[in-house]
Amino acid sequence: MAKRFSIRQQTGFTTIACACFFLLYLPIAVLVIFAFNESSSVSDWGGFSLRWFVAAWSNQQVVDASWRSLKIASSAAIIATIAATMAALATTRTRTYRGLTFKYAFINQPLMVPEIVTGVALLIFFAQIKIASGYNGLGYLIAAHTAFCIPFAYLPIRARLENMDLTLERAAADLYATPWKAFRRVTLPLLWPGIIAGLMLAFVISLDDVVITEFVKSGGQDTLPTYMLGQIRRGITPEVNAISTVFLLLSVVIVTLFFFLSRKRD
Amino acid sequence: MATAAEIEKQAEAREIRTRWYLSAPALIIILLAASGPLLIVLLYSFLTPGPYGDVQWKFSTEGWVSVFLERDIFDDTLSFASAHLTIFWRSLKLALMATVATLVFGFPTAYFIATRSERTRDIWLFLITIPFWTNLLIRTFAVLQVIRNEGLINTALINLGIIDQPIQMLYTDFAIMVGMVYVYLPLMVLPLYASMEKLDFRLVEAGYDLYATRWQVLKRIIFPLVRPGVVAGSILVFIPAIGAYVTPSVLGGGKNMMFANLIELQFGQGRNWPLGAALSITVMAIVMMALLVYVRNTAGSEVRHG
Amino acid sequence: MNLKSMSMAAGLALLASTSLASAAGELNIYNWGNYISPDMIKKFEKQFDVKVTVTDYDSNDTALAKVRQGGTGFDVAMPSQTYVPIWIQEGLILETNPGGMENFKNVAPQWANPAFDPGRKYTVPWAWGTVGVVVNTDVYQGDINTWKIVFDTPDELKGKVNVVPEMNDVLHAAIKYVGGEQCTGDKEVLKKVRDVLVAAKPNWIAMEYNTIEKMGAGDFKATSDWNGSALRQRLKNPAIHYGYPTEGFQYWSDNVVVLKEAKNVENAKLFQNFMMDPENAAMNSAFHRYANGIAGSEKFMPADMTSAPEVVVPEEFKKNGEILQTCAPEVTALYTKIWTELQK
Repeated sequence: MAKRFSIRQQTGFTTIACACFFLLYLPIAVLVIFAFNESSSVSDWGGFSLRWFVAAWSNQQVVDASWRSLKIASSAAIIATIAATMAALATTRTRTYRGLTFKYAFINQPLMVPEIVTGVALLIFFAQIKIASGYNGLGYLIAAHTAFCIPFAYLPIRARLENMDLTLERAAADLYATPWKAFRRVTLPLLWPGIIAGLMLAFVISLDDVVITEFVKSGGQDTLPTYMLGQIRRGITPEVNAISTVFLLLSVVIVTLFFFLSRKRD
Repeated sequence: MATAAEIEKQAEAREIRTRWYLSAPALIIILLAASGPLLIVLLYSFLTPGPYGDVQWKFSTEGWVSVFLERDIFDDTLSFASAHLTIFWRSLKLALMATVATLVFGFPTAYFIATRSERTRDIWLFLITIPFWTNLLIRTFAVLQVIRNEGLINTALINLGIIDQPIQMLYTDFAIMVGMVYVYLPLMVLPLYASMEKLDFRLVEAGYDLYATRWQVLKRIIFPLVRPGVVAGSILVFIPAIGAYVTPSVLGGGKNMMFANLIELQFGQGRNWPLGAALSITVMAIVMMALLVYVRNTAGSEVRHG
Repeated sequence: MNLKSMSMAAGLALLASTSLASAAGELNIYNWGNYISPDMIKKFEKQFDVKVTVTDYDSNDTALAKVRQGGTGFDVAMPSQTYVPIWIQEGLILETNPGGMENFKNVAPQWANPAFDPGRKYTVPWAWGTVGVVVNTDVYQGDINTWKIVFDTPDELKGKVNVVPEMNDVLHAAIKYVGGEQCTGDKEVLKKVRDVLVAAKPNWIAMEYNTIEKMGAGDFKATSDWNGSALRQRLKNPAIHYGYPTEGFQYWSDNVVVLKEAKNVENAKLFQNFMMDPENAAMNSAFHRYANGIAGSEKFMPADMTSAPEVVVPEEFKKNGEILQTCAPEVTALYTKIWTELQK
């Protein structure tokens, strides 16, 4: 045993992790490859072509739906993450107080309802507001998405907070830092990985939603998933692969940018 | 000394008030755009089905009765609604299996990411989420392309001469499990990572110094420390998995209903909104109770250190 | 704090940018996904200087539920014939009297006075078709004009048959198969129906919608399906044929209606009239691959459609078809129970 194991490694963990990453990307690779298919099938290879990218790009409905999806997902994820962070701070590291369990159950409640039910409930509720106010913009979709994104953002943040060391914050308080300062300088940096995890989860969850969106949307408010739902019923073409490929590319670009920016700040 | 106690009491009251303010935005958003409207569903569960969907404003408990009992349409006998139970059990079983499977795969993956150098951790983390920029339907379809008879795996195996007939993977329970793990993996990995990232590896080291085996270290040291992450991850996978139906129907073939399909049927072609509402509240109540029990039990045994 | 102010600004900007300006020249169409020709939309936009927005729905029930609640902002929708009477009865659609419109003369006689909208007071034909069986004849060479393919599957096709999971379509087919009348509430018949379905299910591989791709790739060797879908499959693989079950099959039709809450009623009426023009209807058919019920549109249709046995029902089979009606609520309740039993 020339090289004894590293403390940080567990037997087989690296193998499983690598297998996970491989399997995670295998279907994605197939998806991307067929985006460049010449034929109109998503399973038979007919030669290389960019026609489906051109088709998607010139399809106004697709372009609009893509932008709308990104708009809704980013608004909902940001608002949900802020609300969830505050709620997590309020519900962890405390003795049990009246209403704590209630809060916990309430915040996680959107998780527990089948989407179709939330969809129908919101349809009925929002329809009344739409009729009364005359406003039927994207606000309803953002509100609905924010609500079901909150538990997804809340849980990782809470998990992070739960066994976070109080010593540093106490030290900060002892040094007469205002609660806000102590939060910004001490708690927030420590909490950051949880917040990022929550934000990313909320974002992809919003980007994924079909059923609730289907019921809440008004005229001209198709998102990419609701658009694709219609396509799938009547036969999909590699156009869907092409759009997905663009989204993947976009995610890589955004993530890379984010990565370098945060590096710089450090 | 009464004053000191009073001051402490006041401080505590103030703290609780602050905690309510802090949680207010989340509670209000959920109240307005998720929970509040559900009261409508509760109300609807006690009304009479409209002839073509929706409800008539006439009180009825028929919706609730038919959650549990069904009148045989042929011999008119009243019996336990076994179809509903079968369907619910299927969803529950699948969700449990999916949770365990994502934990088995997600735990090592999260551990792997958490033990990378600080510089590369974020990259690995992003790698987990990138596939999820394509939506659920498309992701499921991508899995389908890999495991179907003419798919990547079968084609490769045939070309390598390992098999001559494609293995039927699509439309089996295996396919559903693969799909569920695939779809829900990041929901497990992200919270796990969030609690592992700050794991104190000196404790792990100490464990090895005391001649603990790797399994013991894992079980006695690492696992208890990351328990909040395991709890969060399990909840995030289990609950959506109970309501899952896209993945089961695309990869499993849709011959058998999931609970969400049953509910959808009532709000759709079945035109029995009160039954749909009652079914949803039933599943919600069961999940909510299970969650509270789970959280209570796990919260009690949390390890605090430092 | 940074994050917070940023998101608030973003939120406000979004709210501001997305409130719909209700300009005069607009038309909001609510339609099935992938069911309207983009070229035809462009033509309509150009001809009337109207900006058209298309939003998709995925089922008749979703569309009905949403429109019934209101506040949707849609002007035009395309419900199927079994739903049209419900929309009318619930007061969701405007009586635009297409029967009196300029282009009404083009409507084919068999669609000019349908039972679901006598005298065409509300609706304009959009597309019509049939539900039958699709078989890959490389695998099975026997008679394909029968529901036996699905309900008494020949050995060659066992474990390779798909059924499209539309409750009413499947129930209708099964009722016809056992010799019943559509929308029947007769317990004797329904018992047979249930037994047939439950016995047939083990021979099915799946119950899903994605048939074009799966039949093309060979995952399925037979399926129940809509005719337009069958046409697309045959164009991919000439061995795939569409059968009109002699036990009885259904005709369906989707129809253009104007919503009562429409904000752009005049444009919506223009659109209804526009759709009864043979050239426009043909343009649309070329895209969605279904017939349209407008006489004279054949002239403008692609050649692979005008001669297609999937689109033009062969004379010998015509008598076996019937237009599917709206079943009574108590009958639907029975069907739902059988369906749950089947899929439990």
